[in-house]
Amino acid sequence: MAKLTIYEDTCKGCGLCIGACPKNLLAIDRSHLNAKGYHPIGIERPEDCIGCASCARMCPDCALEVDR
Amino acid sequence: MAKVFQKTKMLTDVPFHYCPGCTHGIIHRLVAECIEEMGLQDQAVGIAPVGCAVFAYNYFDCDMMEAAHGRAPAVATGIKRACPDDLVFTYQGDGDLASIGTAEIVHAAARGEKITTIFVNNAIYGMTGGQMAPTTLVGQVTTTSPYGRNAETQGMPVRMAELLGTLDGAYYIERTSVHDVPNINKTKKAIKKAFQYQMEGKGFSMVEILSTCPTNWGLSPVEALKWLEENMIPHYPLGVTKEGR
Repeated sequence: MAKLTIYEDTCKGCGLCIGACPKNLLAIDRSHLNAKGYHPIGIERPEDCIGCASCARMCPDCALEVDR
Repeated sequence: MAKVFQKTKMLTDVPFHYCPGCTHGIIHRLVAECIEEMGLQDQAVGIAPVGCAVFAYNYFDCDMMEAAHGRAPAVATGIKRACPDDLVFTYQGDGDLASIGTAEIVHAAARGEKITTIFVNNAIYGMTGGQMAPTTLVGQVTTTSPYGRNAETQGMPVRMAELLGTLDGAYYIERTSVHDVPNINKTKKAIKKAFQYQMEGKGFSMVEILSTCPTNWGLSPVEALKWLEENMIPHYPLGVTKEGR
């Protein structure tokens, strides 16, 4: 059981975390804009997250936090 | 549940001003994590450069000093000599270190100053608008080399890690990259090693980190990582260029 917390307003929608996820769970969420005006990252199927934190290590803006 | 990853306390709450996908943010975090893990928060003094990282003093939660363009190693020399027990590091880009600051970095390394330099090489001038840097690759298009860098008239890109590795005063020089997670982990190890050597009083240490500039390269952040891997690493091979005397 792992939990990914996304600080949406810190995210700049660069998408670097998408390629880092071994489970392909991340995608840009085009349904809304964050406070900075970017489409932030979102997680699909959060129950499949293994908590490896690769996404968080790739994120240039420390917008992700991982618990396991 | 236990925390697997959270933002280090060595970074302030100020959001990075860098462009989306700029790897400066990753490198800031690695430097900060190393300082935190080594328990040197109260002893660390950073020197910010001129360039995109000019506001580094807003992000690191330790003592910071701003130096004139390229002069960070000279300022670091003074701070380290006045406070020999402190961890003194400079954070410099390729325009700052490899161009205007070449004299300072070469002589700081030659003197064997016990400081650490974090050298962020993205093969272009970022803040000033994407001009050609000494590290720009042959054929690379920039605003001042619109037809691509011409080796005949503009020379070949400078390999700073190899250059400084020839100096007796340099103790540890390594080149790493941050284009994927395994390389990010290797970069963190290299930074920690450089800091450890400094605290042991061994001599000058530098980690050259290959970085991206999606905005001025004219690529998306993901394409920029691929460009780094395919174009920069062949010219700037990763690895240790000097360790020990």
